[in-house]
Amino acid sequence: MQRSFIANNPSVLWFLLCLAAFTLGVTVLAEATGAGLISTSFVKTLGKVLCLCLVAIAMDVVWGYCGILSLGHFAFFGIGGYAVGMWLMYARTEAIVVENLSARLIPPTPAEVNDAIATQIFGVVGSSEFPLIWAFADSLLLQLLLVVLVPGFLALIFGWLAFRSRVTGVYLSILTQAMTLALALYLFQNDSGLRGNNGLSGLQNIPGFEAVPQSVVSMAFFWASAVALGAGYVLFARVLSGKMGSVIRAIRDDESRVRFLGYHVESYKLFVFTLTAIVAGIAGALYYPQAGIINPAEIAPIASIYLAVWVAIGGRGRLYGAVIGTAFVSLLSSWFTGGSAPNVNLGFYTIQWTEWWLVLLGLSFVAVTLFFPGGIGMLFDKFTRKSQ
Amino acid sequence: MIRLLTFVLAALCLPLTAHAQDLQALLQTHEKIIAKPSRKNVTPVLDALVGSGLPQVPEFLQNWQDKEVYQRAADGLFFYADKTGKTYTLKDVSGGTEVATEVSASDIKQIKPNGGVRKVIAQYLVQFQLSDPDINRRTDALNAISRNLSADQIEPLRASIDGESDATLKLRKQRLANYLMARFGESSADRVAAIEAIAGDLSVEGRAVLSQILETRVAASQALPDGENIARQLEVGEDLSRTEAYTLLVETSGLPATISDNEIRLALESYVDGGRVAGIPIAQLDTLDARAKAYDALAASDVVPARVTQEDIDAALADWGIYEIYLDQDDAVTAAAKEAQSAVNTRVGLNQAADLGLDAISLASIYFLAAVGLAITFGVMGVINMAHGEFIMMGAYTGYVVQQFITNYTLSLVVALPLAFAVTFAAGVLMERTVIRWLYNRPLETLLATFGISIALQQLAKNIFGTQARPLTSPGWLDGAWVINDVVQISYIRIAIFVLALLFLGLLLFILKKTRLGLEVRAVTQNPRMAASMGINPDKIKMMTFGLGSGIAGIAGVAIGLFAKVTSEMGSDYIVQSFMTVVVGGVGNVWGTLAGAAMIGTFQKGVEWLNPSNTLAAQTYMILFIILFIQFRPKGIIALKGRAAGD
Repeated sequence: MQRSFIANNPSVLWFLLCLAAFTLGVTVLAEATGAGLISTSFVKTLGKVLCLCLVAIAMDVVWGYCGILSLGHFAFFGIGGYAVGMWLMYARTEAIVVENLSARLIPPTPAEVNDAIATQIFGVVGSSEFPLIWAFADSLLLQLLLVVLVPGFLALIFGWLAFRSRVTGVYLSILTQAMTLALALYLFQNDSGLRGNNGLSGLQNIPGFEAVPQSVVSMAFFWASAVALGAGYVLFARVLSGKMGSVIRAIRDDESRVRFLGYHVESYKLFVFTLTAIVAGIAGALYYPQAGIINPAEIAPIASIYLAVWVAIGGRGRLYGAVIGTAFVSLLSSWFTGGSAPNVNLGFYTIQWTEWWLVLLGLSFVAVTLFFPGGIGMLFDKFTRKSQ
Repeated sequence: MIRLLTFVLAALCLPLTAHAQDLQALLQTHEKIIAKPSRKNVTPVLDALVGSGLPQVPEFLQNWQDKEVYQRAADGLFFYADKTGKTYTLKDVSGGTEVATEVSASDIKQIKPNGGVRKVIAQYLVQFQLSDPDINRRTDALNAISRNLSADQIEPLRASIDGESDATLKLRKQRLANYLMARFGESSADRVAAIEAIAGDLSVEGRAVLSQILETRVAASQALPDGENIARQLEVGEDLSRTEAYTLLVETSGLPATISDNEIRLALESYVDGGRVAGIPIAQLDTLDARAKAYDALAASDVVPARVTQEDIDAALADWGIYEIYLDQDDAVTAAAKEAQSAVNTRVGLNQAADLGLDAISLASIYFLAAVGLAITFGVMGVINMAHGEFIMMGAYTGYVVQQFITNYTLSLVVALPLAFAVTFAAGVLMERTVIRWLYNRPLETLLATFGISIALQQLAKNIFGTQARPLTSPGWLDGAWVINDVVQISYIRIAIFVLALLFLGLLLFILKKTRLGLEVRAVTQNPRMAASMGINPDKIKMMTFGLGSGIAGIAGVAIGLFAKVTSEMGSDYIVQSFMTVVVGGVGNVWGTLAGAAMIGTFQKGVEWLNPSNTLAAQTYMILFIILFIQFRPKGIIALKGRAAGD
């Protein structure tokens, strides 16, 4: 079985090899573990890109394979980030507070510690009490469970409601977009319990590892992201191979026909939607400790649309396409917006890429949709055909 | 001494012109205070001046307040002065006849009352201003009275009512006099009558008067307070918490204060002895129970006050009653005021509901305007245009650019509306020709491609106009609001948007139902091949329809820009709501869009009313509501039936 899976999906092996080579390369060149040619901040960028690739393959499965253009998967990504961020912030604040209180003559009571942490965290939104959703924030294990459970449940409920009433196509896209907008607007409120538009910050400091330099921490997260991406890739490749994968692809191509053949289309869609939401949550949980801060703007509808853009440019309907598109566009984007791209002097006007990059991205996206529906991944098709 | 002598001399020498000198004489009796007035001592002087009934007093008070009174150093007499060049011309305080010319600045002293004094003078001036021939002065005086109601204004105000020539001002005077009567009237019956007159009044001032009459203080007492006008007894646990109630008892009745957890900790810290407090090692003091035990041990040896236990608090609360007592002693008056207040509140509530209705209508018309273009491109043609919001933005920027060239706001609006339509119509046609026409029947890809255009356009606008918001100024006749009463009002600009929305509804219905173009549009959307075989050019029709929808977005942009700021992101603020409006209303139907806009507008305003401080929450709940609504009516409020439904 294992052999036939690899044999049927040679791209999985190739992908894992490439990912391993890339990880090894970065490790050798990085500051903490090797030659020091790659700075810590760039290791963080690469780690973040790997997490984005993970959420992008989830998006590719739900859109490219199952035909559901979800414009809300970044909401699940954000929820994962918030869930892990709550523990990071709580545990770190707790360490600081306990140290401060230990200066007192009499040891603090648990209630005093709790109040001091709450004041420290929620002072910016004018509150000094823990909201209900922080009930598990003191336990890493429970918060990690929430990374999986909250996006899963949300996707399950939302998907059940939507698929049950046969909302499809663009209607579903708009509905998912509304979902992420609603979540973002809710989190923007100060009394949402998650610090309003301040979001959660200081997430790059891992409690218990304060002494470890950031270069090592970032390397650890980079490896974790690479492992997660590899695991996610294998997981989705397995889901999509075999009979189940065929049904999922068939739903994309003609939903009614699959239904007439006796398959329970809604269950398949719900399964794909929920599974990808969970993977998105995990990707978010790995991403935000590297980014250091999460706020509601991260899950605004535009973020989910960018996700679709990456997948489309990479080529949807192929997992490696999503990875390539995401890596390509997000690295290019940080190159252009970072100001390192050379300005183009036209004589009468100088094109500054920090200003014009989005125009270029938008237009090239239109061009990809119009002329290269297969995206960058299509190049590989030509390559494999030639070799055959 | 010399001054006094001169004064006496002057008084003796000019007995015949005594009347003209009277004011000066009066001023001289209070010379010290008038020259150097302070808030504390100025009142009796003002009383004396006003009480004298001299006709020149108002003018003097006005000049005094305006720092235009001068005192001559030689004899201490007061004058008004005009500055001519470097010297002054002195004028008599009675009548203004010139007394001396070319007086140098060193011979006279300007009198400068400080701000506090000037305020007191202003209060005395009010009674004169109430009958001033200048209507602005009279209005100012009324404003001054209403800002600070006091009993001594009743008489001058009433006296001025009969002579009032302006009808609105007269009404206002009567109302103000009524308020004053309600608060400071002589007899109970007078006040009750005045209060009953207020009951029919919706104004903020009237409501403030009622609540001032009903002001209360909270007091604790073991028996029913005697001789007090009790509003009600407060129930512990309902009207105020146990802690609040006991704190009140501590503050008013001298009961022992509770010792807070923090105070216990501080007390324990100050009695640490060799690592122990009252024999307990401090390492064990990390729970509240352990701390309480240690503290009790300290209290037993009388070094700290004993803790107030929960039983003590219960006993105290059972023993004492907490009452709300009206500051006003007259119970007939407070009862009348209470009744009047509830009557007013009912009417205010009804009017607020009406106001909310107007707000909802205006929000609905904004949503309708933003969405009506989409109703055509998305609803009728089935094309998802994510750049629709950017067309709205484009229209708004067109308006802004027009205003840079045409400074007359009315004229610029007249130019901007058709120009915005033309610009966005052209942009829409261009987009349809170059992008959308290749993607018909591939709606998801249309969504993505138009989204690409949306990012590009947004960034382009940012590059051209910058990130800061640009103003789109509305003409003067659209400023202000239509005020129905103190509660219900609506700004003219919102009325204009409502009218514009209605116009568009009519126009669209007319185009779609009564014109050749509309007929062809409907034919092409229902069955393009059949339409083509009937001699209709589907390409051209689709192009025109898309242009029309985009053009309307442009006009909506001008309208929205008039009340919201024009930024490059304004389109994305409306795009999701606009799609919601179309989807909720029912695709393919202009009436549906209207219904969707009405529903979303009403719902959002309704939620805002329940939780007025939080428009974000209102939007969140609105979206959740829409998601649920679509579960029950997936095809929207007005669903197409039969073949027109397309599936």
